[in-house]
Amino acid sequence: MELNLERVCVRIEGRPILSDVVLSVPEGSFVGLVGPNGSGKSTLLRTVYRSLKPSSGVVRVGPDDVWQMSARVAAQRTAAVLQDASATVGLTVAEVVALGRTPHLGLFDRESAVDGDVVTESMDRTGVLAFADRAFSTLSGGERQRVLLARALAQQPRLLVLDEPTNHLDVRARFELLDLIGELGTTTFAVLHDLDLAVRSCDQLVVLDAGAIAAAGPVLAALTPVVLREVFGVAASVERHADGVVRITYEAKPLAD
Amino acid sequence: MSRIARATPLLVLGLAVALVLVVLLAVGIGSVQVPLADTWHIVLAHLTGSGQVDDLVADQIVWRIRLPRVLLAALCGAGLAVAGVVLQALVANPLADPYVLGVSSGSSLGAALVFTLGAGALGGLGVSSAAFLGAMIAVALVFALGQRRGRLAPTRLVLAGVAVGYLFSAATSYVQLSAAPNELRLLMFWLLGSVAGAQWSQLSIVAVVVVASVLLLVLYGRRLNALLTGDESAAALGVDVRKLRIGLLLLASLLTGTLIAVSGGIGFVGLMIPHLVRLVVGSDHRRVLPVAALFGAVYLVLVDLISRTVDSPNELPLGIFTAAFGAPFFLWLLRRNKSVG
Repeated sequence: MELNLERVCVRIEGRPILSDVVLSVPEGSFVGLVGPNGSGKSTLLRTVYRSLKPSSGVVRVGPDDVWQMSARVAAQRTAAVLQDASATVGLTVAEVVALGRTPHLGLFDRESAVDGDVVTESMDRTGVLAFADRAFSTLSGGERQRVLLARALAQQPRLLVLDEPTNHLDVRARFELLDLIGELGTTTFAVLHDLDLAVRSCDQLVVLDAGAIAAAGPVLAALTPVVLREVFGVAASVERHADGVVRITYEAKPLAD
Repeated sequence: MSRIARATPLLVLGLAVALVLVVLLAVGIGSVQVPLADTWHIVLAHLTGSGQVDDLVADQIVWRIRLPRVLLAALCGAGLAVAGVVLQALVANPLADPYVLGVSSGSSLGAALVFTLGAGALGGLGVSSAAFLGAMIAVALVFALGQRRGRLAPTRLVLAGVAVGYLFSAATSYVQLSAAPNELRLLMFWLLGSVAGAQWSQLSIVAVVVVASVLLLVLYGRRLNALLTGDESAAALGVDVRKLRIGLLLLASLLTGTLIAVSGGIGFVGLMIPHLVRLVVGSDHRRVLPVAALFGAVYLVLVDLISRTVDSPNELPLGIFTAAFGAPFFLWLLRRNKSVG
């Protein structure tokens, strides 16, 4: 489903965190949200998965305002893979993934065979079925992220949002995870810290700087040398190479003045 | 489904049977011994409202004196264990127990006032009512101090609970110093917990509160599991974290307040039983809650039995034994389990 933010503002304790953010993630696309630390990326994402209500503005998933829906209905459409899940103590992999069925089940519902199938299929798709009965806390970083992705898939979302999913992963695990996300085909909106991965994997980029959109659009149009210099403070250029892959080339002296 | 998930219904059934047996056994043991078969007949006769009871003395002892107290012990054990499970999840702190939000300090002050100054101290309230009132005042204070712009932050809540706890304890200590020795003994006994004062009349209220709380909490088991993965993650799973936390904190406080009003401050059960149960069945609340309730009930019935037989005819407070027996067992289990720490 399409995601649209219409003039979203967030103020926390009077301090503006996001101001007049307008952005659009088209159906079926993979859009990356990039920007320096503290630019408001995670805050922006929180307004989408219904954790932080915007001070003003509208967040639409499909045609509907997320903040007019109940938390449960919103979570039937949008699934999130977040950074803070390391605290998950004592649950097995299968139990963590089964939590993805939460928005589809009421207080009195029990998990049906269908729910069980969805959970198993989700684990299979992200390659974690083999350790379904292991404790989540015993997994490596890359395995954990794949489990959390499986949990998000078990929500059967129309929109997938991810907050720095490749953080703390080794280089192979990063590529594996982004490949996996790319193959899903679900509309995806991801905060990505790693610019090299972002330009490589995303269809479009949104650049956030101090709570406002600095640039947005297809990767090459959004991440121009000017944006790289003024927002990120580096001297670099982004090009599509002969093999079709977009890469960033940093200059010999990469620190822009 | 994992092995432990499949085994849980069996475990619940086993514990339920064990609870019935332990209750009947405990009812039979005391200064006058009643054989298990006789106990069974007497209880059955009363439950069905029919049948002949031949031995009127045994009937008095079993039905009037021992059964209410044994049942109260079971209810308190179940309630405290469940309250502990929920509070540990709600404030995301393994050291939390049912008293973490100041319930016990508030009720202690209420009870201390009535013990030392008499029922006139709080407008004619008895010990139970005064304790309940004190508990609710303390909890209200902790909620007011622990919230920030309508959000209850776990850390802030726990710290507010600690601070309010000290405040009320200071007042209780002051009251204690001015108490006469015999009043002090009664108060000490109450503070360490006892179900000796059990009566049928109060049992029904306690039973309704405990059973309703356990059933309601089991329904919320899936959401509590979501909360284990963190507030943000739970929100993304469609859980209204703010409402859930406030609602269940209120429920847990009401449950704990009710229990402490009728049994005093029974320690350890609400802290350790939840951990013990998790070591055995994992963290899924839909397994932990029913198992903890039954296990807590069995445990406290046994502890109460010991507290009134070990130094018979004298009675000792429950708080001494809950920890004296529970702590070594818990430590043994902790050392055996490699997945912790």
